Amino acid sequence: MTAQPTDIATYNFAYLDEQTKRMIRRAILKGIAIPGYQVPFASREMPMPYGWGTGGVQVTASIIGPDDVLKVIDQGADDTTNAVSIRAFFKKVANVAVTTETAKATIIQTRHRIPEHPLTAGQVLVYQVPIPEPLRFLEPRETETRKMHALEEYGLMHVKLYEDIARHGRIATTYAYPVKVEGRYVMDPSPTPKFDNPKMHRSPALQLFGAGREKRIYALPPFTDVVSLDFEDHPFEVQTFDQPCALCAAENVYLDEVILDDHGGYMFVCSDTDHCEKRREQGHRGHLAPESPLEKTEPAQ
Amino acid sequence: MSDEPLLRVSALSKFYGSRVGCENVTFDLWPGEVLAVVGESGSGKTTLLNCLSTRLLPSSGTASYRMRDGQFRELYRMSEAERRFLMRTDWGFVHQNPADGLRMTVSAGANVGERLMAVGDRHYGKIRATAVDWLSRVEIDEDRIDDEPRAFSGGMRQRLQIARNLVTGPRLVFMDEPTGGLDVSVQARLLDLLRGLVTDLGLAAIVVTHDLAVARLLSQRMMVMKDGRVVESGLTDRVLDDPRAPYTQLLVSSILQV
Repeated sequence: MTAQPTDIATYNFAYLDEQTKRMIRRAILKGIAIPGYQVPFASREMPMPYGWGTGGVQVTASIIGPDDVLKVIDQGADDTTNAVSIRAFFKKVANVAVTTETAKATIIQTRHRIPEHPLTAGQVLVYQVPIPEPLRFLEPRETETRKMHALEEYGLMHVKLYEDIARHGRIATTYAYPVKVEGRYVMDPSPTPKFDNPKMHRSPALQLFGAGREKRIYALPPFTDVVSLDFEDHPFEVQTFDQPCALCAAENVYLDEVILDDHGGYMFVCSDTDHCEKRREQGHRGHLAPESPLEKTEPAQ
Repeated sequence: MSDEPLLRVSALSKFYGSRVGCENVTFDLWPGEVLAVVGESGSGKTTLLNCLSTRLLPSSGTASYRMRDGQFRELYRMSEAERRFLMRTDWGFVHQNPADGLRMTVSAGANVGERLMAVGDRHYGKIRATAVDWLSRVEIDEDRIDDEPRAFSGGMRQRLQIARNLVTGPRLVFMDEPTGGLDVSVQARLLDLLRGLVTDLGLAAIVVTHDLAVARLLSQRMMVMKDGRVVESGLTDRVLDDPRAPYTQLLVSSILQV
């Protein structure tokens, strides 16, 4: 790769050394070859603490090229600390173009949301995963859970859903909702809201999952079957919201509750900030939207 | 009733290095038969049980099990996947300490339902109805179905463990000191329950115990072990009333009379 005449020469391109990237790419390829299977990899120390997306950053660093356009979201938002920092990191160490627009990005690193704008073929969605093992809280022994994956013993996963129904009358799991991939591996979709599970099913984009602390990478190749687990008499369903987004009036999107004051005031707004801004630019207005059209704010770099 | 045994064990030995776990054990187990394995602690009865239930691999010897299709399969040549499938469908294992056999952090209903879900049952209502039915069969009130076993007494936990094992209608159940650690009145009720279930369901069982009274109540046949070897075997009443081996005589005469 050609070194650019910038100040990135102090680091190797995209921070990681080439041997490490090669090792991670091998893990990614294996993950793509066996959809949903957790591939162990030699996770590196990154200049950020575990739990802040070291897995996702390593995956992104291994696949990013000089021509890529990167978008980073944190709970759907482009302008929160983690998203801003990771975007600035790659701008510095890889000198790549960054964007907040879903449609323009070639790589989207995400913490726990899938953008509302439909992804297309050629895009890569990189998830930051805290706990890759869906069976972890039911069976703490890693030796045992790996055996259960190998032998396809997934009865335990339904025990969790059974417990939900027994306690709450319905499946109360709302995020990290377990899915079955291509009829074989049960996978934790990372703590995305289950609202996003249907978007994973047969997505034309490549989806990569990196868990830095747990040293696992897994993947969903484009157009992979991703089916949420459920019971015949308690089928899987996503959350619904009573009201549209307070700023852009969008319906059928995932909303965040935002507290407005100390007197119990609140509003529900799009969790996907890019989607919300785009809609407001197009003139959609929710009941709490300010009178004058919002100036498009550039995210801090 | 079939005229073939359910389990054939031949010259089974397990060594821990140079130490003997159990040595040269041979017997047949017939459908619907309860076999008690008795002996003092360290006599190799639990090693034998663990080998038979494939939780341990023996050093030498064979054991073959008649599958539901009537074919005998060599246990130690089956793949791990097949063995584990057998373990959660056709077999049961009742541990001495219920905490080893139960999931202590999920409800009683889920404990009973786990095996059903493991074999592909995906209808919540049916799983729950089966769980309710089994809890009543082991005398646990229906309103305890959503409680965790942590909130249960020792006797209730043991009964729950039994229900969890029997829900898939196994043909062979291994029990390791099923009444150990329970007080006598609870023991008596548990034995009564076990005896009823074993008769009703036509279960074959291998019960490891050091308590001769348990063996007398539950089993038709018994094996006495000492230092890893079988020193005497025969019908339970015969062995207890007319012990032949010196060690069995000692064991029988050591029973405390109240």
